[in-house]
Amino acid sequence: MTKRRYSPIWTFLALAILALFIIFVVYPLALVLYKSVVDPTTNGFTLENFTRFFTRKYYTNTLKNSFSVTIVSTLISATLGLVIAYITRQYRIAGSKWLNIAIVVSYLSPPFIGAYAWIQLLGRNGIFTRFINGVFGANFGGIYGFAGIVLVFSLQSFPLVYMYVSGALQNLDNSLNEAAESLGANNFQRVTGIILPLVLPTVLASGLLVFMRVFSDFGTPMLIGEGYRTFPVVLYNQFMGEVTNDSYFAAALCVIIMAITLVFFFLQRWIAARHSYAMSALKPMQPRAQRPLPKALCHIFVYLVVLIALLPQITVIVTSFLKESTPGIFTTELSLINYETIFSKNPRVIPNTYLFGLAAIALVVIFGVLISYLAVRRKSVITTTVDTLTMLPYIIPGSVLGICFLYAFATKPLALTGTAAIIIIALTVRRMPYTIRSSTAIISQISPSIEEAAVSLGASEVRSFGEIMLPMMMPGVISGAIMSWVTVISELSSSIMLYRASTQTLTVAVYTEVIRDCFGNAAAYSTVLTVTSIVSLLLFFKLTGRRDISV
Amino acid sequence: MGVAIHVDNVTKAYGKNIVIQGLSAEIKPGEFFTLLGPSGCGKTTLLRMIIGFNSIEGGEIRVDDKVINNIPTNKRNMGMVFQNYAVFPHMSVRDNVAYGLKTRRVPREERYRRADEILKLVKIDQYADRMPTQLSGGQQQRVALARAIVIEPEVLLMDEPLSNLDAKLRVEMRNVIKQIQHQIGITTVYVTHDQEEALAISDRIAVMHGGVIQQIGTPKYIYQRPANEFVSTFIGLSNLLDATCSNDTLDFGCGYRVPMTTLRPGVNGPVHVAVRPEEFTIHQDGAPGIPATVQSSVFLGMTQHYFMRLEGGKEIEVVENSDLTDILPDGAKVTLQIVPHKVNVFDAASRTTLIREEA
Ligand SMILES: Nc1ncnc2c1ncn2[C@@H]1O[C@H](COP(=O)(O)OP(=O)(O)O)[C@@H](O)[C@H]1O
Ligand SMILES: [Mg+2]
Repeated sequence: MTKRRYSPIWTFLALAILALFIIFVVYPLALVLYKSVVDPTTNGFTLENFTRFFTRKYYTNTLKNSFSVTIVSTLISATLGLVIAYITRQYRIAGSKWLNIAIVVSYLSPPFIGAYAWIQLLGRNGIFTRFINGVFGANFGGIYGFAGIVLVFSLQSFPLVYMYVSGALQNLDNSLNEAAESLGANNFQRVTGIILPLVLPTVLASGLLVFMRVFSDFGTPMLIGEGYRTFPVVLYNQFMGEVTNDSYFAAALCVIIMAITLVFFFLQRWIAARHSYAMSALKPMQPRAQRPLPKALCHIFVYLVVLIALLPQITVIVTSFLKESTPGIFTTELSLINYETIFSKNPRVIPNTYLFGLAAIALVVIFGVLISYLAVRRKSVITTTVDTLTMLPYIIPGSVLGICFLYAFATKPLALTGTAAIIIIALTVRRMPYTIRSSTAIISQISPSIEEAAVSLGASEVRSFGEIMLPMMMPGVISGAIMSWVTVISELSSSIMLYRASTQTLTVAVYTEVIRDCFGNAAAYSTVLTVTSIVSLLLFFKLTGRRDISV
Repeated sequence: MGVAIHVDNVTKAYGKNIVIQGLSAEIKPGEFFTLLGPSGCGKTTLLRMIIGFNSIEGGEIRVDDKVINNIPTNKRNMGMVFQNYAVFPHMSVRDNVAYGLKTRRVPREERYRRADEILKLVKIDQYADRMPTQLSGGQQQRVALARAIVIEPEVLLMDEPLSNLDAKLRVEMRNVIKQIQHQIGITTVYVTHDQEEALAISDRIAVMHGGVIQQIGTPKYIYQRPANEFVSTFIGLSNLLDATCSNDTLDFGCGYRVPMTTLRPGVNGPVHVAVRPEEFTIHQDGAPGIPATVQSSVFLGMTQHYFMRLEGGKEIEVVENSDLTDILPDGAKVTLQIVPHKVNVFDAASRTTLIREEA
């Protein structure tokens, strides 16, 4: 016995959580792993699925395509995010508060909505396409394939880099700038020699997050990729497809994509561990004055990028109030017909979204707080195991998690397929790592002696947790929960695998309407989603009094 | 009034790393007992064993006659004041102070009455309704103190409670603590690494080093009659000089011999003489003594400090009460004599004292 003896209730809780994780994360994953290497007829071991994948150009090409779009989009996002973060921190940009909100909003909508909105604008029949072809007599066939995917992903992902780098720049003490200048550095030397190296780890870390998100997203390439097939598209088709449907081969595809995300996950951890400067600014950077021309250029650049990034949202909101003549072609006639349709067609979509979202958030918060508390304050083999296991979903792409769940919970005793529960659990599992990470940060900022003080005053451990720790954590947890809420309601990739008509949510509804070319309905659903996100976001800013956000 | 704490042969290990081994101490009822020692010597560890945040790997701790090893902290009835105050930030000052009474199921009205009483005692009753973030560090520390004593604990424990305060507040708060402890007569164990604070506040001090108690005694006794070289150099400043001892006489080897009356009988052989800066007298007339050269000097108003070098190259510090006479110039050659009844003598090998108990 070397440590203080804690109440056994914590061990009991840790074991209960461990059991749940084994059932809902480890078991489905193990099942997929198993399926990927088992021969369905003989039940023997086989690598046939993997050989099939890696020996056929049809399949390996999708990997190549995935890497191409992902690398290019990540590079563009990182550059845009870095530059805009630097400009808005270093110079006084008019309306920067609203710019910030606009950037976050453009990040919060699911990428595939961007894809479908860009098809409205730059697709075969897009407004811009028709305009360009009409004015210049060109024969532009619309932005599909590689360019379209990269456009959508870059615009959708740069806000993530922007948010991280902006936070890092805020923690950069102005005295570093002043020291550099006092040592004779000019502006260029100061930026490249001091600022860039200090924020580079943040750029890399957020860039890798972008990479992992983009790599495993299937909605966007599905809609705008056309002939350009990426890996997640093949995965989705392999699993959901009506023609070819080989669940063992699909399992192997799941394993391949998880192996890739795993590599990038560790790469990200490695970079974060090697290059993290503990920075906290006593005196953050002050906006600098600029000469008129550079000032105008900065404004034009930032506003232009943000406007382009917001275009999909704007398009969606505008078209939601327009009447369609034929599917996909909007008239200029204002109407609420789209909203009438979506409310009468499947009235459960909106309540479903809110209910599943709230249920998932409640679960995520309860488990997230408990797990991080156990991992930080009640360290033991069990709690450390739980903590590690909860990072697993981080590397599981949503569609893969959906597939895992379908395999694992199709039959008794846990026949959950088609229930609301399976969607809620999937959302919970997906969001868990983020919540645990933010709760851990919150707990680490509370001195252990606060709890000890409570215990020394006669409180039991459970009581001190409930009366002291929880109320102290609450503000941070609530703001984290709002952000989780916004991400959870815009989740598509696992829900699309798991939904039934009765458990449709907004994102799923948007997707299915888009697939069926009912763009009016899609726009209306999408607008409801966007409005919910914006209201939640404003609530977040109001409650926390913050201007920055971390996702 | 007050309880006695018997720390009996206790051992503490973190894994394989034994931090405290077989430590014993007796803390008397109602006394202000201080654990003093350099950082990392195990003071906090011992204090946390007493309150129960640390397990005890060997030995036992008794409060009066009750063994407390296995009593959980929240049943020990001890109050603790933390270095970082640990005031609950989401509760008002009054609720903070009343929290310990709430866990003891004291009815609400009485809770607040008693909390207000204590807040008056520590002189922050005017802030009762404020939130802790609106208070200064000193005020927060008063809240922490009030919160710890309102539950009428048997023992009050404090771990470096003043180290986060600025110098002036530190002196003010230590007087507040001392005075309140005196008023309520509670057995108090206080941890600090600041020797001046320990001397000022304690009834008795235990000087710790490397997990071992070096000496327990009153501030005056510990300062004047340190049990070993560590204590003599950790508490205040001591110049250690080499000498040999025979027939109750110290020989400094430069023709300077000093007869002693405070030594134990039969001391013989090499010794270290610990001389505090104020235990020298400076002579310029060539009187017998230890030859020294003035290196530099500092005038501090009440006292005059000299930094000198002995013939072997050893640097020492000498303090005189300031006078109207001229300050010795740098480079001046002088001889130093010691005040025999004040200096301490340690065995050169064991580095423990050779002074008679009662001297
Ligand atoms: N939780 C712990 N785990 C391992 N070692 C510890 C722990 N707490 C303290 N120690 C070690 O015990 C020794 C004494 O520490 P401590 O009691 O905090 O010293 P002090 O309070 O006198 O500065 C130090 O060497 C420290 O490294
Ligand atoms: Mg300590």
